[in-house]
Amino acid sequence: MITFDKTTKTYEGGVTAVDGVDFTVEKGNIVVLLGPSGCGKTTLLRMVNRLETISDGKITIDGEDSMSLDQIALRRKIGYVIQSNGLFPNMTIEENVMIVPDLLGWKKKEKRERFNKLMEMIGLSGEKFGKRYPHELSGGQQQRIGVIRALAADPPVMLMDEPFGALDPIIREKIQDEFLQIQREVKKTILFVSHDIDEAIKMADKIVLLRGGEVMQYDTPSEMLVRPKNEFVREFFGKDRAIKSLSLHTINDLQEVIGLANMDETISDTITINVNHDLRNTLSMLLNQEADQVIVIDDEGNKLGAITIDIVQKYLHFEIKAKPTLVQKG
Amino acid sequence: MDKWMKFLEVNAPRILDLAIEHTILVGLAILVALIIGVPLGIYLTTNDYLAETVLQIASVMLTIPSIALFGVMIPVFSIVNQGIGFVPAFVALVLYSQLPIIRNTYTAIRNVNPEMRDAAKGLGMKTSQRLLRVEIPNAFPIIMAGIRTAVVLNIGIGVIAAYIGAGGLGVLITQGISRGDNYLIISGSIAVAILAMIADGILLFIQKRYTPKSIAN
Amino acid sequence: MNKKKVMSRVVSFLVYGIVAVFFIWAISNSYFNYIFSQSSTFLYLLKQHMQLVLVSSLLAVGVALPVGILVTRRSFRRAEWIVSNTVNLGQTIPSLAVLALMISILGIGFKTAVFALFIYSLLPMYRNTVAGIDSIDENLIDAARGMGMKPIQILFRIELPNASYSILAGIRTAVVLNIGTAALAYVVGGGGLGVWIFTGIQLFDNGYLISGAIPVTLLAIFVDYLLRLLERKIVPKGSKPPQET
Repeated sequence: MITFDKTTKTYEGGVTAVDGVDFTVEKGNIVVLLGPSGCGKTTLLRMVNRLETISDGKITIDGEDSMSLDQIALRRKIGYVIQSNGLFPNMTIEENVMIVPDLLGWKKKEKRERFNKLMEMIGLSGEKFGKRYPHELSGGQQQRIGVIRALAADPPVMLMDEPFGALDPIIREKIQDEFLQIQREVKKTILFVSHDIDEAIKMADKIVLLRGGEVMQYDTPSEMLVRPKNEFVREFFGKDRAIKSLSLHTINDLQEVIGLANMDETISDTITINVNHDLRNTLSMLLNQEADQVIVIDDEGNKLGAITIDIVQKYLHFEIKAKPTLVQKG
Repeated sequence: MDKWMKFLEVNAPRILDLAIEHTILVGLAILVALIIGVPLGIYLTTNDYLAETVLQIASVMLTIPSIALFGVMIPVFSIVNQGIGFVPAFVALVLYSQLPIIRNTYTAIRNVNPEMRDAAKGLGMKTSQRLLRVEIPNAFPIIMAGIRTAVVLNIGIGVIAAYIGAGGLGVLITQGISRGDNYLIISGSIAVAILAMIADGILLFIQKRYTPKSIAN
Repeated sequence: MNKKKVMSRVVSFLVYGIVAVFFIWAISNSYFNYIFSQSSTFLYLLKQHMQLVLVSSLLAVGVALPVGILVTRRSFRRAEWIVSNTVNLGQTIPSLAVLALMISILGIGFKTAVFALFIYSLLPMYRNTVAGIDSIDENLIDAARGMGMKPIQILFRIELPNASYSILAGIRTAVVLNIGTAALAYVVGGGGLGVWIFTGIQLFDNGYLISGAIPVTLLAIFVDYLLRLLERKIVPKGSKPPQET
């Protein structure tokens, strides 16, 4: 658990980068710091492991004031992932991943076991990649190594500064999914900086929207999309926030509320889609192909029914009806 | 301070003469080095095998200590009765300049953005037009940097050439050493340092002036 | 074999040819004779030469590296400008002059030569140390700090290994340069193989010239090669510049 208590950062010369921020990251949650560039999100993140000093207020980690802890010990308990992966070119992949355990004085055997386990998590062979150097890996692989490096000593808290920002969209999405999978297992308390609205909606249990160092709104993604607290939040998520909110729902949700359409057996070559797919992707699939319907299947491959643009629209209306704030601005 | 004024009053014309001699030696050597080095560097971009060989030879050449190279040149040039004086010094300086000039020309032309080269081809430029209008202008700052390195290097090595009778500012220093005269040594050293700075400054100015604005930095 | 390959072969054979002809000419004129007829003097001068280079280079490494490391620390950043410019200015003074000026301070002899050579080796070593450390991606340092590495750990585990290519190249440049400059030590009475070269110049004796100059040249080329091998061994595989494999 990380608690920000009137946390403030003022630079020499009087510029305030973070201004009296108050919120709590619950244990096992991902909280995304979102906002335009210069809003103070990275500064706020870096104050947690004290790469930036705290000018006023405090940050407590699991009830302990971060300033009362030894700086080095504090950092070793916090996983840290940055955008440019920060892998050390002079070290092999194994040395890179095991650096914090090494600093903490783990035994060789423990390190080896831990390394193989972490590599397994991201579906890479520890045997094969351990002795390689970072430049021999692809950008996506390097970034995943960066993530497991932060997980190596099993820190309760992780800080991630636009960790997937430098990747191309297709790989980024894959790695996001993979990371969420890992998170379900490891349940870390994560503070995550992003400037990408879609990424924030996808990754976050809660979003902190910042502007000029102040918190504009702290809420779950759906609340923020559906009940923006002020004009800035509304503007920030944009006119298409109704469509964005679709990515918070799966076909499964839709099925429970309004049910699926009957399959049109006369069309033979329709595409299938898993029932756990989110509605936003489903909609773009529907818009991008000529057929009017996509067949929904479950994990075992059983056909459950069909989904059409009309049904998605109906569901959207249902959502809008249920959430009156969205109606005002259309 | 008074002693210095007196010293300079007597020696200024001589220092100037020696500086001019030094400049001519280095200038001529650089000119010849350019005539050889730049075309060679450009040609090497079309032949990787030769490039490797030539750059290796040039880099070994640069590891040869200057006084040793002079030492070898004296007997060699004695065969044609030019053992001492301008010729061996001049040849040595030309040789020393080759590595920085060839290497920088070669690297600069090679590093010209391939898309730019393709665009030039696509516009129907001939090889020579492409070279003169696209590749050399874009490679210019790096080629100039190589020339500057060579010039500063040669001004320093030119000092040692005084020992083999090639004249120049080194004469002040060698005389200062044999006579134990610190005024000569110091004035010679300062003159060499100033000459190096002026030459580098002028070349830097030319480099900045004729580098296309869009690729500066 | 294509035409381009043939050309490259021809050029290298030509160069080997010239070198071979030179050696045959020098040997047939017995220009190398002093090395054998005065072998004890030769070995003495060679040893003296290597001592000059070794002592001055070690001293220079001992000063240039720590200073380079120090000025790249956050709190000393401001000093970098002053130190770098002082060292740069020093390098425009000709090597011969540095040697000569030392006479008036330290008199004549081995120590004077060592001190001058030491001063002259500082720049390449210092400059490459600073450049090597400065070229390390800020993000790496940030990541290291964020993971809880102490400054000293960051220096030894991240900064120095990743700067090692540049630092070692600086040391190599300085040492090879030093071998040449040490040949000038004669003028301050520092000994070394320069004694024969200068004797040769003064007496117009080709034997002394060649017997002094060729060993110095071979020493420089050999040491350059040796240090390159060492670089290949020491520099971590992942932090070599991409063009060199």
